[in-house]
Amino acid sequence: MENTEIQKLLDFIAQSTLDEVSIETSELKLSVKRYGVAPLVQQVVAAAPVATLAPSAAPIAPVTATPESAPVVALNRVTIKSPMIGTFYRSSSPDRPSLVETGSDITKGAPVCIIEAMKLFNEIESEISGRIVEVLVENATPVEFDQPLFVVEQ
Amino acid sequence: MFKKILIANRGEIALRIIRTCREMGIKTVAVYSTADRESLHVKFADEAVCIGPPPSRQSYLNIPAIISAAEVTGADAIHPGYGFLSENAEFSRICAEYGIKFIGATAEQINAMGDKATAKATMKNSGVPVIPGSEGLIDTVEEAKILAKEIKYPVIIKATAGGGGRGMRIIRNEDEFEKLWDDAKTESAAAFANDGLYMEKYVEEPRHIEIQIVGDQYGTVCHLSERDCSIQRRHQKLCEETPSPALTPALRERMGTAAVKGAAAIKYEGAGTIEFLLDKNGDFYFMEMNTRIQVEHPITEEVTNFDLIKEQIKVAAGIAISGQNYFPKLFALECRINAEDPSNNFRPSPGKITNLHLPGGHGVRIDSHVYSGYTIPPNYDSMIAKVIVTGQSREEVLLRMKRALQEFVIEGIKTTIPFHIKLMDDERFKSGNFTTAFMEGFDLSNL
Repeated sequence: MENTEIQKLLDFIAQSTLDEVSIETSELKLSVKRYGVAPLVQQVVAAAPVATLAPSAAPIAPVTATPESAPVVALNRVTIKSPMIGTFYRSSSPDRPSLVETGSDITKGAPVCIIEAMKLFNEIESEISGRIVEVLVENATPVEFDQPLFVVEQ
Repeated sequence: MFKKILIANRGEIALRIIRTCREMGIKTVAVYSTADRESLHVKFADEAVCIGPPPSRQSYLNIPAIISAAEVTGADAIHPGYGFLSENAEFSRICAEYGIKFIGATAEQINAMGDKATAKATMKNSGVPVIPGSEGLIDTVEEAKILAKEIKYPVIIKATAGGGGRGMRIIRNEDEFEKLWDDAKTESAAAFANDGLYMEKYVEEPRHIEIQIVGDQYGTVCHLSERDCSIQRRHQKLCEETPSPALTPALRERMGTAAVKGAAAIKYEGAGTIEFLLDKNGDFYFMEMNTRIQVEHPITEEVTNFDLIKEQIKVAAGIAISGQNYFPKLFALECRINAEDPSNNFRPSPGKITNLHLPGGHGVRIDSHVYSGYTIPPNYDSMIAKVIVTGQSREEVLLRMKRALQEFVIEGIKTTIPFHIKLMDDERFKSGNFTTAFMEGFDLSNL
């Protein structure tokens, strides 16, 4: 199957009402799962050092298709978005390591970054568990409300 | 002069501020909630940052988010517009603390004028006429009756903890006094768990006349004459005009002088408005002071040829004013167009504007943030446009406003345009002889 054909198949599934589709051929194994909409973003209390946030879910996850008959694991990628405007930091201070890296496993409630506003450093906790597959923002750069920060694979 | 101003507001006023900043060569930062992503102020500003979800409390009223937005964009001043945080003393103070110039009054000035009792006392002490009344709460009905005789009937007794018109009684003579006093006390206790009452002279069917003032950082204050805002429904202004049909040059002089005196007493900095009640005898009384730019500022701009937003920015940047007063050279009228259905009790009508054509021509100004295809979010106020018309006489202005409103096309939502067109034909309105009770007698059918 060509990549374009896989994409067409994915589009077809996305537009259907199917929640889960599994296809197995001699060339390829394809597994797609649909997840619902994530809970609402929570209010950040600036005075408190800890803030929580909610991810937003994509209706259909992208899939990696391999030409070998290697088994493909069900994937769902969720973006963690910023719950506030401020300056994004990877760690709680310059001499400490980043809270998470690409490949880090995180559990719900784990701090993933710091966002500073008005000299207050707010620790942002993840609402979801999974693995960080992409860090979208550079250290010490400004972020706005709802800006995507991390891509997490669940 | 400031390099970059953050506008802590939305809608038409945000656009208004951005326009002046652009003319002054000042960079602009728009802040917006997720509901306002497609808003015109976001598109027009040099930079825009999202500060929160739709609810105002989490976005436009969110002080940490706004300060943070100023920090990340490097804004050196914040213009708060009107409403939202424009008269929030805490916000003014925090801006000062963070080294960001708040284009408005200081925290002390906002507090001084924010508390009605304090404001009244301050004005009284500087020789500004205030509504005669009790000094604080009245303990006994006997005391109350003595005071009523002194200040002359009719009087109004009000609940100190009151609001929404409750715990209030108008008393016209001594015979009905005790009964109404008891009624007010009982109602007050029931509604607010506080039966404290105070008294004021009841100003019957007044006109609402406000004076625009500007003060600089060096103690100089001037006025730009009046606006008549008597056409109100449930204390919400529907249209405003200048000059007021009720003011003679002598009265304008007296009211202007009083307003300047009051503002100078608190060394007021910025643009502000002193609101008075004018009774049928030509006596005027201080009602309150608004320490911000007002919605209806454009009519003053059109008749004095001043950009009031520019004056606010200049004063905030430390530029001195001349101290000269300004008088209307023309006539101007503003109609506030809301996304409301005037045939159905002015019920809000948010939604998508499918077709829009704005009026134009000589003497017509439109301050609006809407465009064809724009969806009005339900989270904020319903004002979508201000139609400001200027002319050589009041008659010309009324005819021009009617012409402009008839040209105004908005499809997809209901607006108050039909009401305003009918208003332009109303004999009482045309006579110029009306008070704040005007709308009570207005027939809203057949719009």
